[in-house]
Amino acid sequence: MAELNVDLVAADRKVWSGAARQVSAPSVDGQVGILPGHTPLLAVLRPGTVKVSTAQGTAVEAEVTGGFVSVDSNLVTIVVDEISELTGREPALR
Amino acid sequence: MAGGSQRVYKQRIKSTQSLKKMFRAQELIAASRIGKARARTAAAAPYERAITRAVSGVAVHTSTKHPLTSERTDTKRVAVLVISSDRGMAGAYSASIIRETERLVAQLTAEGKEVELYAAGRRATSYYRYRGRTLAAEWSYGSDNPQSDVAKEIADTLLGAFLAPVDEGGVAELHVVYTQFVNMVTQRPRVVRMLPLEVVEGVAAPGENQAQPLYDFEPTPEVVLDTLLPRYVRSRIFSFMLDAAASELAARQRAMHTATDNAEDLIRNYTRLANQARQADITQEISEIVSGADALAAS
Repeated sequence: MAELNVDLVAADRKVWSGAARQVSAPSVDGQVGILPGHTPLLAVLRPGTVKVSTAQGTAVEAEVTGGFVSVDSNLVTIVVDEISELTGREPALR
Repeated sequence: MAGGSQRVYKQRIKSTQSLKKMFRAQELIAASRIGKARARTAAAAPYERAITRAVSGVAVHTSTKHPLTSERTDTKRVAVLVISSDRGMAGAYSASIIRETERLVAQLTAEGKEVELYAAGRRATSYYRYRGRTLAAEWSYGSDNPQSDVAKEIADTLLGAFLAPVDEGGVAELHVVYTQFVNMVTQRPRVVRMLPLEVVEGVAAPGENQAQPLYDFEPTPEVVLDTLLPRYVRSRIFSFMLDAAASELAARQRAMHTATDNAEDLIRNYTRLANQARQADITQEISEIVSGADALAAS
């Protein structure tokens, strides 16, 4: 199955990057779920939780204050202003 | 008196030695911070790249007009943001950034525009305040270690000025003067026209046989642009500040290295002069004793 390539970046650093099966982000219209093969999308985010189900089966969750997400041919870029809390990130990337 | 010049030389040697220590310390501090500053520039790059890609994506796929991308013709006022350092001791760093600003201001004035200056960094602030020029706004923020919240504040002030109506001090353009970090020995003052946004750098050319993706915008293209463009400006200004910080540190390291070398030269010179003076004193003393003894023997 195709995978999503996810980049989670904050203003001053790259927070997380890797392959994922599913991404869920709090868009202004409601939680948006992204699976492989999603149509190209640009959505504005509201404060909330971004959830990434990684290809290894773990979950990464980040509390964000706002930003946007762009999806283009399985390349997901989540750009956030600030990340207040992050769980599930592998220690190697810390 | 002969003993006096020896003492003077010794004093000078001592004071130059302590100056040399300070120069050396500043050089080492700057050198150790450059690496960090450059790492931060690199760390901020993914964000900027992501935003740039998204902005160019929107620009390519929609014809939506946005205030930040359209020219203003209702006012002749333009804003110039100069990013300088908080401290000196960086050789020609501040001087060249101010010279570049003056050149830009002269050029804009010649085009019949009114320039409003925004100064970041104490050196630029004090330069213009001393000359009695009014600054629209000023910030001093540890210029060798800029934080993103200061960048946000600066960007928001400037965006506010750009979007404000004419009678509330709106400006038609925004130019940024900062020092570009080329490499450790070359830092170049650079002028960028930030607003209105026009050419988006690094627009990814669509692949040969790859159809342009049609983006879905959520909620609407206008709202997405509204969120994206200010962020884009913010991230650009932040990256200018990071670049300027790396340049400042590199300039400081070089200037302090030269200063240390000069101090060493001075110390060497003074040591020679002091030795000469001592030798002259001794010679004089001997000849005085000898001639005294001769005079006694003759009598």
